[in-house]
Amino acid sequence: MSDTITNILLVGVGGQGILLASEILSEAFMLAGYDVKKSEIHGMSQRGGSVVSHVRYGREVFSPIVPEGEGDILFGFEILETYRSLPLLRKGGTVVANDLRIQPPSVLLGQEPYPEGLAEKIRAQFPDFLLVDGQKLASEAGNPRAANTVLLGAVSRRLDIAEEYWLKALEKMVPARALEINLTAFRLGRNL
Amino acid sequence: MKEILSGNEAIARGAFEAGVKVASAYPGTPSTEILETIVNYKEIDASWAPNEKVALEVAIGASFGGGRAIVCMKHVGVNVAADPLFTLSYTGIGGGLVLVTADDPEMHSSQNEQDNRNYAKFAKVPMLEPSDSRECKEFTRLAFELSERFDTPVMLRTTTRISHSKSIVTLDEPVTGLPAPKLVKNAAKLVMLPGNARVRHPLVEERTAALAEYGCSAPFNRIEMRDAGIGVITAGVSYQYVREVLPNASVLKLGMIHPLPMQMIREFAAQVDQLYVVEELDPFIEDQVRAAGLQVLGKEIIPLCGELTPGRLRKAFGIPAAVQATVEKLPGRPPNMCPGCPHRGVFYSLNQLKAYVTGDIGCYTLGFMPPLNAMDTCVCMGASISTASGIVRVLGDDEKKKVVAVIGDSTFLHTGINSLMEMAYNQSPATVVILDNRITAMTGRQDNPASGWTLMDEPTPPVDLMQLCRAIGIRHVQVVDPFDLDQTRKALAEEMNRPEPSVIITNRPCVLVKREGVFQKGLALSVDQDHCSGCKACLKLGCPAIEWQPAPDGGKGKAYIDPLLCNGCDVCRQLCKFGAIGGGK
Repeated sequence: MSDTITNILLVGVGGQGILLASEILSEAFMLAGYDVKKSEIHGMSQRGGSVVSHVRYGREVFSPIVPEGEGDILFGFEILETYRSLPLLRKGGTVVANDLRIQPPSVLLGQEPYPEGLAEKIRAQFPDFLLVDGQKLASEAGNPRAANTVLLGAVSRRLDIAEEYWLKALEKMVPARALEINLTAFRLGRNL
Repeated sequence: MKEILSGNEAIARGAFEAGVKVASAYPGTPSTEILETIVNYKEIDASWAPNEKVALEVAIGASFGGGRAIVCMKHVGVNVAADPLFTLSYTGIGGGLVLVTADDPEMHSSQNEQDNRNYAKFAKVPMLEPSDSRECKEFTRLAFELSERFDTPVMLRTTTRISHSKSIVTLDEPVTGLPAPKLVKNAAKLVMLPGNARVRHPLVEERTAALAEYGCSAPFNRIEMRDAGIGVITAGVSYQYVREVLPNASVLKLGMIHPLPMQMIREFAAQVDQLYVVEELDPFIEDQVRAAGLQVLGKEIIPLCGELTPGRLRKAFGIPAAVQATVEKLPGRPPNMCPGCPHRGVFYSLNQLKAYVTGDIGCYTLGFMPPLNAMDTCVCMGASISTASGIVRVLGDDEKKKVVAVIGDSTFLHTGINSLMEMAYNQSPATVVILDNRITAMTGRQDNPASGWTLMDEPTPPVDLMQLCRAIGIRHVQVVDPFDLDQTRKALAEEMNRPEPSVIITNRPCVLVKREGVFQKGLALSVDQDHCSGCKACLKLGCPAIEWQPAPDGGKGKAYIDPLLCNGCDVCRQLCKFGAIGGGK
């Protein structure tokens, strides 16, 4: 096991299930024998606000938050929040994002437009960028609400963790009645 | 067995392993999950108290009865609990007593970022500060041992980054063989009249000196010698940032930050070339190190305000930061009240009536944001009512009428009752709106004395808010349906014009209440695109379910209601003069 720390940032909108996804990631890293830390802010930042969850793993992790500009993987649940969070990523970092738009209050009120062309802008700075239609693939798996798990599968491909730990983590963290659909969704994502 | 636990979950586990009998708290970010986790250990009597002072006093009672007790609160909660805390320092304890203060540097979810380490020194009680979840659990157990060994309450201080970060914790078995609780009479120790308290105070000073000496050899304060060029004294999450950013620096890692192990600090200072203190917020350690005559650098380079991050620490030490991508200016995404939130119609009406709103602490504080723009002050829990009572005393008759205090049910029960008593007693002619949504919503939907349920999920008689207000001496109390805009607005206008104190209670529950049958979701509404004139009246509610859709050809846009988000509260329909919003019920 090398001394390198891997830094993952999960970003999106409060209420999207970001915390559960970061729990599943953390569980898989622990099962694989790594030290893990994760951090995010609860409270006012939920209620539809921007959310950032930090997950770090390696032989020994100190800071629970990813040092600014040192993220290895940006796991975006919404495209505007993904673009907003690019400064957290290191040069040459990887972006995996759901192709989903959730309008912020000023856009809902018609005060300003939702920014266009964000995917192109992300790719211009970070060529290692996978844009996923999470809802569509999740629907194929049996439930559009499993979009996060599709994305998680896509992220898992980009991490050096054996598949068995991902499956164990999913079994532990996902309610039994939703497990089958989530395992299918995870595999669809993992093949991207 | 290993588990990934948050700091709060680890404190709960530590309390369980320490054999705690009683746990009490008032919810407050970032401390809330401690009690929400403790309640899963059936061996512990876990409960919500109406406020932090009461919670501490419940814990004091359990301790005096010989049981171990833990009480948890956010940093500003200790202000409320300070009265019993300072005298508890004199009486000492029966069973071990631990007070958890969860501080919030950066004010992620707070009105100030006070540094509660000062309370430990001020109240003369020891304080431990863990730096990850493993230490949260270990230090909680240790805090109970120290409490009983030194006959003192012990404070355990976390910060948001400790409480809400997760890391790996090894679980242990609970302690056994603790003495059984029983009544012990000891008036000289427990009745703090002047004659007795004068005897106790010198014992408190002796205790602090003994703890300082103990801290010099205790394993929770440790010197990690590496390169002797730089020596850093640090604690809590700052320790993790120091290890991240200055991996070769020597470190004195403090587990107990009051009293400080000054002899150990001197020894460390003598071994390093340049001594630093790295701590968030106040120069709490630094000032004491400097007062001891040591040369030290701290707040000259470390920010006084906000939390530390690896980046901020790098900057302080002149270490170049990573190159970061730049992005163009983007629409912000602040938090918002939920679709169907019962507060929205009230704030819309207050805005329409041009009220001057003294606000309080809860989700409804978001009523200050555009487009509602209907909150003018917010200071602390319970202050809405007393501030209104004070402000009307300096205003002329025309402006007096504009003053409305807005407070949630849980906040009213926390510290609003005394304020309302003052208003009734002194007949201040302001209007109070109690937003009764049956839950403590902001901190994550905790039950409270008006909800009818306890933390341990048992039914209990709910406080009757209307009867309570009447009993206090408010003669005009009315209940309104906040989803009925006409009724709400009429009631507000009527009470604002009344030259005596009055209360309006709203009666719709929070849309997030989990308990079955409390919140009933309505059918989603929809906009008839043929009738929508594009006047944007409905957008003035700031509801996340209502969206402005610009016309593709540059013509007039239309409103659209997202059926997946709409909870069917019907408020927007009442605002549409063109009858374009329908459905629902």
